[in-house]
Amino acid sequence: MAQSHGAPEGCEVTAMINPTEYLPKSYHRRMSTYWWLARWPYLKFILREASSVFVGWTVLLTLVQIWAVTRGPSANAAFHAWMRHPLMLGVNVIAFLFVLFHAVTWFSLMPKTMVIRVKRQRVPDWAISGPSYAAWVMVSLGVAWVVLRG
Amino acid sequence: MNSRLGDVIINRHVIMLDISSHDIVIVGGGGAGLRAAIAIAETDPQLSVAVVSKVYPMRSHTVAAEGGAAGVHLDDDSHDEHAYDTVSGGDWLCDQDAVQAFVKEAPLELMRLEHWGCPWSREPDGRIAVRPFGGMKKTRTWFAADETGFHMLHTLFQTSLKYDSVTRYDEYFVTKLLVDDGRVQGVVAVELTTGKVQAITAKAVILCTGGCGRIFRYTTNAAIKTGDGMALAYRAGAPLKDMEFVQYHPTGLPFTGILITEAARAEGGYLLNKDGYRYLQDYDLGKPEPTPVLRSMELGPRDRLSQAFICEQEKGRTVEGPYGPVVNLDLRHLGEKTINTKLPFVRELCLKYENIDPVSQLIPVRPVVHYMMGGVHTDVNGATPLPGLYAAGEVACVSINGANRLGSNSLPELLVFGARAGRAAAAYAADQPSPSRRLLAGALEEDARLNDHYLTKSGGRERIADLREEMQRIMERSAGIYRSEKSLTGTADKLYELQERSRDIRLDDRGRLFNTELISALELSFMLEIAETMVQSAMERTESRGAHQRTDYPARDDHKFLAHSMVYRDAAGRPRVEYVPVTITRWPPAERVYGREMRNGE
Amino acid sequence: MASRITIEVARYNPARDHEPGVNSYEVPLRKEWVVLDALNCIKDHLDGSLTFRWSCRMGVCGSCGMMVNGVPKLACATFLSDYAPGPVRVEPMRHFPILRDLVVDTSDFLMKLARSKPWIIRKVEKPMDQEYFQTPAQLEEYRQFSMCINCLLCYAACPIYGLDSQFTGPAAIALAQRYNRDSRDEGASERLDSLSNLEGIWGCMFFGECTQVCPKHVDPAGAIQQYKLTAATEWLKAMVLPRGAK
Repeated sequence: MAQSHGAPEGCEVTAMINPTEYLPKSYHRRMSTYWWLARWPYLKFILREASSVFVGWTVLLTLVQIWAVTRGPSANAAFHAWMRHPLMLGVNVIAFLFVLFHAVTWFSLMPKTMVIRVKRQRVPDWAISGPSYAAWVMVSLGVAWVVLRG
Repeated sequence: MNSRLGDVIINRHVIMLDISSHDIVIVGGGGAGLRAAIAIAETDPQLSVAVVSKVYPMRSHTVAAEGGAAGVHLDDDSHDEHAYDTVSGGDWLCDQDAVQAFVKEAPLELMRLEHWGCPWSREPDGRIAVRPFGGMKKTRTWFAADETGFHMLHTLFQTSLKYDSVTRYDEYFVTKLLVDDGRVQGVVAVELTTGKVQAITAKAVILCTGGCGRIFRYTTNAAIKTGDGMALAYRAGAPLKDMEFVQYHPTGLPFTGILITEAARAEGGYLLNKDGYRYLQDYDLGKPEPTPVLRSMELGPRDRLSQAFICEQEKGRTVEGPYGPVVNLDLRHLGEKTINTKLPFVRELCLKYENIDPVSQLIPVRPVVHYMMGGVHTDVNGATPLPGLYAAGEVACVSINGANRLGSNSLPELLVFGARAGRAAAAYAADQPSPSRRLLAGALEEDARLNDHYLTKSGGRERIADLREEMQRIMERSAGIYRSEKSLTGTADKLYELQERSRDIRLDDRGRLFNTELISALELSFMLEIAETMVQSAMERTESRGAHQRTDYPARDDHKFLAHSMVYRDAAGRPRVEYVPVTITRWPPAERVYGREMRNGE
Repeated sequence: MASRITIEVARYNPARDHEPGVNSYEVPLRKEWVVLDALNCIKDHLDGSLTFRWSCRMGVCGSCGMMVNGVPKLACATFLSDYAPGPVRVEPMRHFPILRDLVVDTSDFLMKLARSKPWIIRKVEKPMDQEYFQTPAQLEEYRQFSMCINCLLCYAACPIYGLDSQFTGPAAIALAQRYNRDSRDEGASERLDSLSNLEGIWGCMFFGECTQVCPKHVDPAGAIQQYKLTAATEWLKAMVLPRGAK
């Protein structure tokens, strides 16, 4: 249906009744593949997630150690020799640092997921992560005592 | 000749038009608009409702309201007392039948909002809490911390998402009402994103577009408060009522004009002049007490408090701040705990925008324009004299606020009259024939007008911002808290000159896509026209009443002016003022008393 | 303090441009000025075609979300003097399609919000003249999540949303939690059904950036993790307890 009243002289007007939705060309920005390098919080996150790999590695190592212990003194000695290799030491130092990072980030995030209230006030974050750290240290000391006293 | 769809360069040979149809169109998606939409959806789910708003609904200015919403709640309170406070607060210019209906429905509406999830602040036992507020003799103001409007708006918006019969047109700017056959039958709106001009036809239209604080230099109001609905109705032939009554809120921050809620005074804040003196005691507002006394001192009505500021300024007793004279709001004696529980947003605003902590420092404040008592004339059901046109909220003037609105009456006003207008429009729409498709011609004309006057016009030398700033300056200086014939005549002349100059506006942005400069130009044209009605009404009311104070006529004149001013647009586009009497049912005009007993006893 | 500062604003007009560009403007540097004041100064006096959203200028309407020097901020609450001597780079919010200059298309959020069913769901309503009693402690359970102004800075900060716009996102999920935690609401299981999936709460990897940028301290990350805990508990209960038992 074409209407021509009100239109400028010599101008053919096409009035579209119920046209299909006309969308302007909105611009979609693509995220760079290296988006996680752009900001420190993003990089910290990726490292945090990557630390699970090293946690897995440490667990695997512990399982292998237990298996070596049960296999007898020669297997145990072989395992220890393997562990003393500089490459292994290097990897395990890095793994240890990542495991520490993992634990620290875990304890700082944990209070966010839990809402504990005492007398209408929300218990502050340190009151939840503090005891967790304390427990971690106690357990570590306990394990260290058991392992090293022999 | 035909441009590809997707080629958006302005091409005179392709005009984007559209037409759609609903039973009812609501212009404005704030508290009143959303309440009206829900009312219609609940009354008759078969009716299709369109909410057309120039911003997303949660951006509407209702969101900035802070203090609270009044509704009779405690056992020692009554509807009559709320009504009397409102009528006397309005300096007897309120229509008492409307006020009586309003005070009865306010608590019901506030309770309905509670059912919809509004997080009203509570007493320890779980009941709704109420706080005292300015001008109210009893404690009856419901509140949600100090962000009541925010919570109300989000509750209404989120609840409105439940109803399938409500269609939203977000970021559509209404430029004109469609009038055909003597009835309002829809609107013409520009879709901001595409620049498409759309005729949205309906059997009834409800205006819920809010006030026009941006006409003045200092205001609490957001950018969007530009009097759109008032101008739309005025241009379509509906009268505006009581336009001379502009409320100044006594406590706005200097420079930004950001609102510091009356609740700060309700909780016990003091207003101090430069000598640290609670100066309100000099203005017949009672004696200073350490804790707030209802209807006294800092809990007096807003017009009297704003006027006291001007008088203090003339006596040289205000503090000279970097942005002009201010007085100090003292909250220090309230203590950190009270401020954090009852006034957390006030603390946040002061810290952020003034670098001041109200817990230990004084807050500089000054009166700023806040609310329009006047607006589109409606009856108690939101109906204007123009068939098919309704209005509710700040854009309307029922009138329940008279010459001065009491704090915490405007939020329940949105709910009560939003619901009433919705129901009335629904009942009206049920009997109307569907609008004709030839109304698309209205969209065509509007599109041509936008092109000819703004987008494709050549030449032009004026910048929108220059004209707007001049308008704001002159209105603030000469049509502000105190007016006189001289100041008003000068203002009227200036406004006329600005309207002439506005025909010579040059836009930098001549495209169609999201052209906010075009919107600013349209808003300026609305504001200039509304400003003209305000000044004309103020000139013809030769008395002082409530927020309208004439230095040349300082007394209230019930003999001539116990009446509403009704301003119509004449054939030449100029305002013409008539008067209609105020509806008095129960309370004959008396002395307006705060802080003491009436002289003849009550 | 210097008297002027340079603002670099991203510009994009679909009618003319294939991709966004940058325009530089010099504006006065006043100590009370926020980024919004600078943008308005440019639009009013230098270049009227600069397009951006704003309204309340007091940090409560949520209109003016933008990237300021790469960080999502409200333009009305970000002081220019904090960026002196400049320049200040202002860009549209990340992870949303750009419509024009600093205006982005936020319709995706509105759709996701509706999916969260952000309203009180009850089987039986109390009569309209009676309130639901809610103690201050019960109000406190959800009050923080009710403070969301829908500014969408959290979406601009969330890399998951940036990588996959199917993700429901921080604000929409936090608002679902706001109702779940409201003592008057009975719709938690209904919302759980629509949000306990990979586009909903399980898409979140707890970056925590959303909480960092939220101007109203809503803590959407906390809301989502708490929701995950609830979802996991409900799943466990469903496994362990016989069907129908609560």
